[in-house]
Amino acid sequence: MLLGVGVRLKTSIFDGNVDYLQILDENSRMDEALLPKEVDDKKLVEMYKQMMLARAFDAKVLSLQRQGRAVTYAPLLGEEATQIGSALAMGEKDVFVPAFRQHGVYIARGTPLELLLTYWRGYEEGCMVPKNVRGMPVIVPVATQMPHAAGIAFAQKYLKTDAAVVAYVGDGGTSEGNFYEALNFAGVWKAPLVTIIENNQWAISVPRQNQTASKTLAQKAIAAGVPCIQVDGNDVLAVYKATRDALASSGDGPSVIECVTYRMGIHTTADDPTKYRDQAEVDYWQKRDPLLRVKNYLTHKGVWNDKAESETVVEQARAINAAVANAEKFKPDPKEMFKHIYSFMPQTLQEEMDAAVAANYWQGEQLG
Amino acid sequence: MQANMVTAINNALDLGMQENEKVVLLGEDIAKDGGVFRVTDGLLAKYGEGRVIDTPLAEAGIVGAAVGMATQGLHPVPEVQFAGFMYLAFDQLVNHAARYRSRTRSEYTVPMVVRTPVSGGVRTLEHHSDSPEAYYSHTGGLIVVEPSTPYDAKGLMIKALRMNDPVVFLEPTKLYRLFKQDIPEDTYEVPIGKANLVKEGTELSVITYGTMVPVVKEVVEKRKLNADILDLRTINPLDESAILASAKKTGRVVIVHEAQLSFGAGAEVAARIAEKAIFELDAPVVRVGSCSFPYPFPGYENNYIPNALKISQAIDKVLKA
Repeated sequence: MLLGVGVRLKTSIFDGNVDYLQILDENSRMDEALLPKEVDDKKLVEMYKQMMLARAFDAKVLSLQRQGRAVTYAPLLGEEATQIGSALAMGEKDVFVPAFRQHGVYIARGTPLELLLTYWRGYEEGCMVPKNVRGMPVIVPVATQMPHAAGIAFAQKYLKTDAAVVAYVGDGGTSEGNFYEALNFAGVWKAPLVTIIENNQWAISVPRQNQTASKTLAQKAIAAGVPCIQVDGNDVLAVYKATRDALASSGDGPSVIECVTYRMGIHTTADDPTKYRDQAEVDYWQKRDPLLRVKNYLTHKGVWNDKAESETVVEQARAINAAVANAEKFKPDPKEMFKHIYSFMPQTLQEEMDAAVAANYWQGEQLG
Repeated sequence: MQANMVTAINNALDLGMQENEKVVLLGEDIAKDGGVFRVTDGLLAKYGEGRVIDTPLAEAGIVGAAVGMATQGLHPVPEVQFAGFMYLAFDQLVNHAARYRSRTRSEYTVPMVVRTPVSGGVRTLEHHSDSPEAYYSHTGGLIVVEPSTPYDAKGLMIKALRMNDPVVFLEPTKLYRLFKQDIPEDTYEVPIGKANLVKEGTELSVITYGTMVPVVKEVVEKRKLNADILDLRTINPLDESAILASAKKTGRVVIVHEAQLSFGAGAEVAARIAEKAIFELDAPVVRVGSCSFPYPFPGYENNYIPNALKISQAIDKVLKA
């Protein structure tokens, strides 16, 4: 509206909005209206058991690391709902692209526990993810998996596989250029990519509020023209529903789901969080535990009890211990290091390998 | 067909896309514009925007997305507009393209050809003239090639498009349109990992590649030297046997590249000769490279890049030793 020569009223040309979703709150109150139809008691029990397994596996690897039987490890404690809820929402063909803390996603997608242990015992053979798992190997450099995810999503469209891609990135990862570049590419390509921001509040010692001045992490998607939502990341049902809905519309393009969760434990086994965060904060989140609310809900409904719980614990411990025993049987062959560098063996590399074999200096170099 | 290096690579990409529908091209300005050097000209019209893709302007995004595509069985050919801008994608090449095969024990591979123009001598703005081959060659898992002729450019590209490996394909800007050659119209391969003995002699070996090949040829021809000229063509993996064979034969070696002297590919060549052929040498190896600091502004580039005189003096040094 012109008020006079050169004077114009400020008009809004963009209005951003981030919705928030919670279905099962920390007091186990369920918002039935939001519950997806296919989620019955049986399905919720399955979600709970998967979260239990993820937590039990996590505790086991942590203990193995403390005994020198695993390498530096990044625990998932507290983030089970984000990982299990999103993993169980994926279709069989959908591909996931993890960072390095998504053990729960691997587990819920049926990855042999032994394979995960092989990775965390320090062997590349642990990245040989079976094709039926439809999961990419662990990626350590923060957010660098995101451009891959955009390319993988492009490829699904190009190859007409009818599959979508679910990528995981942390709160710290959203500060990386790769994060934004990937969203921007996926947006332009209308690629079937669902990005889960696993916002566990801490990037090692840097809290969420020092990571960005942005009010939510979800809203970073808006700049790339990508729809987004923030969900209670400790509510397995909210994560499940948001992921399922995002996957259902992934044919139209990408989306972002920020899961607000909390890293209950250490960043990795090389970290001591008492140096930088208060116990009061951890206690606050303890009351919002992702497993507890589901357990209480199911128990109150009469579909779960202490007996079921203890039986499940025993059964899962047995499976985990068997996997550990198998993983520890693995005999690495150092020659394998040389055999997977190129599609062929360059003469110079062959010579390095032959020289190492001849010198036999590899004896007694294996872990555990 | 008569082709300069631009038309030779264009032709190779065309044939590669015909041969394998999994080949897709992506990069900045490569589709409608045909690339700033026109290397991909006409391919959009022939293969459509589904396979020849103008991307947003983000080098890490381009190469990173290509890595993801490659893990799914596509054979992407990302173009980075200039080598000086490829450092933004360095992480994707070093941390991912180079390692995907080894860290998954060949469960996942990255068949891709990353194309980028390299080296200077054409009076471009700063950051447009880098010779980065040593950075990439220091990363096992990447293949690094650099053709010096239209014939090699086409054959190396066709070979690269048929390999299940990440190939860094360095295209010397100065050689893009420097001369034409008669090359076959059909597909043919130039082997990767094999040097080319451009000229045979017995008194001296000049080991070189890229922009320095024509300069070395000029010096050797003008001085009528009885010299081997070995064009490496592939920097990594190095054709060590060809290098050693020539060094042992002549006993006198000069290594010439446009990249900075210190820690350059020439150091690797010299080291391998020292390790395996030193007692068959008649003179210390002499290296010629650009000055050991970043590429200057174009006003100074002729003072920076090795020229015929510098190469000739190095040859004198090794012949008189």
